[in-house]
Parts: sequence; structure tokens; C-alpha cells
Amino acid sequence: MKGNKKTFETAVHGVFLILGLVTVCCVLLITVYLIISGIPAMHEIGLIEFLFGTTWASTAAEPSYGILPFILTSVYGTAGAIVIGVPIGFMTAVYLAKVAPPKVKTLMESAVSLLAGIPSVVYGLVGMLVLVPGIRKMFHVPDGASLLAAIIVLAIMILPSIIKVSVTALEAVPKEYEDASLALGATPVETYFKVSVPAAKSGIAAAVVLGVGRAIGEAMAVMMVSGNAANMPSLFQSVRFLTTAVASEMSYSGGLQREALFSIALVLFLFIMLINATLHFFLKRNKEG
Amino acid sequence: MLNGKLSRKRRGYIGLMRALMYAFAALTCALVLFLIAYVLVKGVPNISWELLSTSPSYLTERIGILPDILNTVYIVIATLLIVLPLGVGAAIYLTEYAKNKRVVAVIEYAAETLSGIPSIIYGLVGMLFFCQFLGMQTSLLAGALTLVIMNLPTIMRTTQESLKTVPQSYREGAFGLGAGKWRVIRTVVLPGCVDGIITGCILSVGRILGESAALLFTAGFAHALNGIFEGLTSAGATLTVALYVYAKEQGEFGAAFAIAAILMGLTLVINLAAALTQRYFRRKKAL
Amino acid sequence: MSSIITIDKLCLWYGSQQALKNVSIDIPDKSITALIGPSGCGKSTFLKTLNRMNDLIPGIRITGSVKYGETDIFNFATDVSELRRQIGMVFQKPNPFPMSIYDNVAYGPRTHGVKGKAKLDDIVERSLRDAAIWDEVKDRLKKNALSLSGGQQQRLCIARALAVEPAVLLMDEPTSALDPISTSKIEELALQLKDKYTIIIVTHNMQQAVRISDNTAFFLLGELVEYGATEKLFSQPVDKRTEDYITGRFG
Repeated sequence: MKGNKKTFETAVHGVFLILGLVTVCCVLLITVYLIISGIPAMHEIGLIEFLFGTTWASTAAEPSYGILPFILTSVYGTAGAIVIGVPIGFMTAVYLAKVAPPKVKTLMESAVSLLAGIPSVVYGLVGMLVLVPGIRKMFHVPDGASLLAAIIVLAIMILPSIIKVSVTALEAVPKEYEDASLALGATPVETYFKVSVPAAKSGIAAAVVLGVGRAIGEAMAVMMVSGNAANMPSLFQSVRFLTTAVASEMSYSGGLQREALFSIALVLFLFIMLINATLHFFLKRNKEG
Repeated sequence: MLNGKLSRKRRGYIGLMRALMYAFAALTCALVLFLIAYVLVKGVPNISWELLSTSPSYLTERIGILPDILNTVYIVIATLLIVLPLGVGAAIYLTEYAKNKRVVAVIEYAAETLSGIPSIIYGLVGMLFFCQFLGMQTSLLAGALTLVIMNLPTIMRTTQESLKTVPQSYREGAFGLGAGKWRVIRTVVLPGCVDGIITGCILSVGRILGESAALLFTAGFAHALNGIFEGLTSAGATLTVALYVYAKEQGEFGAAFAIAAILMGLTLVINLAAALTQRYFRRKKAL
Repeated sequence: MSSIITIDKLCLWYGSQQALKNVSIDIPDKSITALIGPSGCGKSTFLKTLNRMNDLIPGIRITGSVKYGETDIFNFATDVSELRRQIGMVFQKPNPFPMSIYDNVAYGPRTHGVKGKAKLDDIVERSLRDAAIWDEVKDRLKKNALSLSGGQQQRLCIARALAVEPAVLLMDEPTSALDPISTSKIEELALQLKDKYTIIIVTHNMQQAVRISDNTAFFLLGELVEYGATEKLFSQPVDKRTEDYITGRFG
């Protein structure tokens, strides 16, 4: 009887162990697949030519596969989204964590959660019909589908992550620090920005890195508002990101072109891994600090 | 001297910071309100019973989103059925069985990594692995499996959080009565983490409803009307993918906004459900 | 000795609960006044009223007057920031900012508009010397303040409070979280500081009050029961309640 029970328990333990390792397997699977699919084209095109070539003409008679335009667009787009989104998100977070009356805070936090839950295609749709014509009219450009439109959409999309994580970090600042600051004659607002914010800086940095990760990985919304030309990035021109480069040609591609798209995905994946490692670092520092 | 005011410099700084805080917080609110209002105003008028209950027909140039609705439901069901045992099992392993801290750290890091990968990459790998390598071809099932991997971290996290709130004394009590580990888990631990599982489900449903990039190449664009089993094995567009195609490729903004309004409404419902369940379970646990 | 702070019929309510009942007391300048009494008697509440730290608590109501010099501190025109510069506070649990030692001490002066590295360097050194901790930290001013021991952190907090050149120093049980050696160091420090500053110290430890204070006030259930020269209060208390507390019958 006991033997049976023991084997049963061991079996159950084994089952759970396997279930636990599923996540690890998935990560390995994804990494392996991307590397296997992405390396061939890189090898054939030549790594330098691929990463730093400025012309992407995959369907031309004499195709060229330089993805520098996509890399730069993704970088500029993300940078622009951060430049707009972080100040707005950060200030909103300080307001929510320190200034807002409790009822306003609950209401606004629900609003932010809602913003976080809206599907990216809905953002893209609104962007297509409000932002793109708006940019066209305001800046007198022939077509509003542009890097600028993508930057604005991305900035709005990363607001919820920045706000949520920053609010948590700010609320975790011990009250003793704020009391000490007030007792020295600093006003509440001075205290928030000169004591609370620096004390929460690890968490706020993590929020920003989270925003970067989201922005650089966004595909659908950006696809709907940024046109699709494989140009070197320019604020009012149609551009293509690493993500949209993969998405837009995948369905009808073949051969080297298709393999080049996998390589783009690999480059994107490596960027993301780098960003995630940075995030992990900041989160760990936050816990220790 | 005590009756003076703060220096001009300080007053300026405080005033500026205050203004920025209020302005940006108001801006955030305004953005949310605008998005909701715009989508609802443009979308709700386009929602008709005809839209909701028919398939698109090229002959009569009619747009119907019933297939998309059904596809979305199928994919949600399929994903949840698979991700729940996997995620809950992994969480149970982590909190109940794993002794080696290294193993736990590796698994948790893997889950963290998974949650940071953008959905377009999931779509690509899903296409390569599920559709091509495993031969499932473009199908809702391939899409569902891709979504399973995407939502695994969410289920794991919420289940783990609520597993941690099950007091150790419950387990010890059960062990003390001679129950084996599996029995303890089945009868004492699992019921205690039901709230985490439900919360995780609700959050996952929200994510699945909003997902599009991962489904483009795994589940495809078709609008065929199918029953659940046929649907899972054939290609099908979900609501989000349909929205994308109608808006970007066909210029059918009426239908697109109608779908957007439906999705917006569903997002509101999901958020509300998540908040209510969390409050319900928090109250229950406090007793 | 002139009074630097004059309190007259001070009453304080937390919502509907009255925490201070008609407290009237004159605090003499450049001396150490100890506030003693059992837990919950209102001595900390009283202390925090003097630099208006109680303002931050919602639902609080205060009547009566507290005069610092000639100024009523509850007057609308009073600049609270300046008041708190002149009446500094050291808390029960040492609470240095998670910044460098230098930045901790420089925080107050910087807030009040002092600029220029030379000036700040001078203020930082002077304050750390006055707090008897300069020699221990002078080689690691840029190190994080949290790397100091508990006793050192508290002396740092004292230096931080001194850096804005207050006239009064409020100390809320400053040694109750510290070991005996750090405690005696801080008591020594207080005795040195009283030449330049007025110190009001809340303490649970009657021996501490006897060791360092010139005057002692005994609080019980929100009332000021007895106030007088420390020697006299402890050797010949007037009120029976004071006698009971001092002899250890309660509290």
C-alpha cells in the first residue's frame, strides 16, 4: 500500500515539475527558432550589409536587404514616445501617488487601467482617423501617416505602464523620509520631488524601461498610422519599424526575402532581450534599495 | 521674519511643479475620455442586429461579424482550457514542490522573459512552430496555442500570489492528519487559490480579446462561419484581426468602428469584472 | 531666563478624541526641557504641535495659542517653512534620506536657498562637528547615509537639523531605538548643544530626564500635571500623580 502511495506522489511531483518547466521550454523554443530562422539570411546577405545597409528593396529586381532604416525608425520612434510619454506619465504618477484626493485617485486609476486594456488595433483605428488627418492639416504635409503619428500613438500606449509602476514605487517610499523633509522646512511639493522621487528612482527607471519595451515591440497600432515606406526615418514621412517590416511583407514573401524577415525578427528579439535584462536589473535594485 | 513668504524662486518652483502635475493628470484623463467617447460615438450607431448575426457576403456587399465573434469565443475557450492547467500547475510546482532556489529563479526569470516578448514575435514563432513545423496550418488552434504561451506568465503570477496567501498552518494541519501531498494540494491549497485563478482568467481574457499581432499569421483572416471544432481547425479572423483588415485594407470604417465599440465595451466589462472579483475575494479573505 | 516658546491653554482633538487638554507652559531659552509621562499621555503630540507637524494629520483641531517669540505660530500669515527651519526636529527612529551623508546635511540649507559648493561644504562640516560625528564620517561624506550604524544615523539626523541654524531643537525619544553607548553619546551631545540651542526632549526614560534636563514637564492623559526644575520635580514632586509615576507605580 505504502509503495503505491509513494510512486503515486512521485508521479504527481513529476507531473508538476514538467508543468513548471514548460515556461523554460517555451523561452528556449522561441530563442532557438528565431536564431535558426534568422541566421541564414544574415549569413547570406552579410551581417554588416544587413544591419547597416540603408536600402531595403526586397521585391526589386536586384534586391537589397539593409535594415538600418527599420532599426533607426524603431529607435527614434521609441525615443520620441519616451520623450513625450515619460514626463506626462511621471507627473501624473506623482499627482496620483501624493496629491490626488482618495476618490479622484481611485477614479483615475480605473481610467488608467482602462487605457491599458484597450486593444492596439483600436488605438490604430483612432489614430488613422483622427491623428493622421490632423497631422496632415496642422503641418501641411501631403500625408499624415508618419513617424510623428506613430510616436504620439506609442506615447499614449505606454502611459499606463509608466503610471502604474511609478505610482507603486512612489507609494512605497517610507513616510519617515517625507516627515524628515517637512520638519526641515521643505514644503510638500518640494518634498515630493526632492525626496520621494529620488527615493523611488529605481522603480521609476523600471517603469521607463517597461515603456521602452512596449514601444519597441508594438506592431499593429503603428502599422495603421505610419505608412509603410522603407525610408530612413523622418518625422513627417512614411516610415517602417522593425515590427511593421516583419508584419507587412510576411504574407506574400518567399525565399531570401522571407528569411530576411526572420532575421529582422531576430534583431528585434535581441533588442527586447537587452531591454528586459535592463528592466530586471532595475527591479532587483529597487527591491534591495 | 516669520510672517514673510517663501522666496520667489521656491514659490516659482512649487507653482511650476503643481501646474505640471495637474495639467498632465488632466491630460491623461482627457485622453481616456476622448478615446472612449470617440469610439463609442462612431461605433455604436453602426452596430445593428444584422451586423452581429450574419457573415459577410460579397454578393450583397454586406458586412457581418458573426464569424469573427464566434472565432473570438472559440479562441478564448481553447486558450483558457489549455493555459489554466499549465499555468496553475506551474504555479503549484513553484510554491508547493520546488525546493531548489536556482530552479525557482530560472523558471520565474523565464516567465518574466516571456511576458516581455512582443506579440509580433509570438506570431512569427507561432507560425513557424505550430502552423508549419507541427503542421497545424493557419488555424484558430495554432493561434490559441500561441496565446497560451503569451498568457502563461499571467496565470502563473496571479495563481502564485494567491497560493502565497494560503496560510502554512492549513497545509500543516492536513499533513498532520496523514494526508499525502497531492491530497493536501487538491483539498486545501487549490480551493484557497481559486481567487487568483479567476483573476488570472479575467486578465487573460482581456489580453486575448485585445490581441492581434500574434494571430495574424497563426489564425489568419478567414470569415467562414463554423461550429467550434471545425472552427478551431480552420483559419479564422478574430474581432481584432477583422477590425484591422476592415480598416486598413478595405476602408470599411463603419464596420471597423462598430467592432472597436464592441471591443471597448468588452474591455470595460473585463476591467469591471477584475476589480469586482478582487474586491470580493479580498473581503472574503479578510473574514 | 526668557521664554522662547509660550504655550497657553493648548487643546488638540484627533477627530472627536481630545489628546491635549489646556496645556499651558513657558519653555525657557537655551535650556533642556524634558517631557515625561506614560505612553499615550500626549507628550509626542504636544511636541509635534510646536513645529506644526500635526498640520499634516487630517481631522485635527487645535485651540489655544502657541507663541514662538512674539509670533503666534498658528497665524495664517506665519510661514510654516520658516517656522520649521527655526524649530527643528529629530525623530524617534533615525530617518536619514537614502542619499549621501553630504546630501543629507546639505538638504536643509539647499531647500532654504543656500547655493555654492564652498558655502555648503562649510555648513556641512560645521553641522557634522556640532553633532560630534565629523571625525567619523569626514572621509566618506559621499557614501550613502544608510551605511552608518543606528547611533551614527541619529547623530547625522541631528547634524541635518542643525544645518539650517534653528533656535529650538525638538527631540522625540531620540535614543529609544539606540544602544546604551549611542544613547550616552547623544545625551552628551545634548548637554553641549544647550549652550546654543533650546532643546525640548520627549523621553520615556526618567533617568535620562534627570541626567540632562534643566526643567521637566509631566504629562498624563493629555494634561500637563506638573512642570518645574528637574531636581525639584524628581525629589519633591507637588502632585501625587507625579510622585506615583516617578516612583514607578504606573507607566
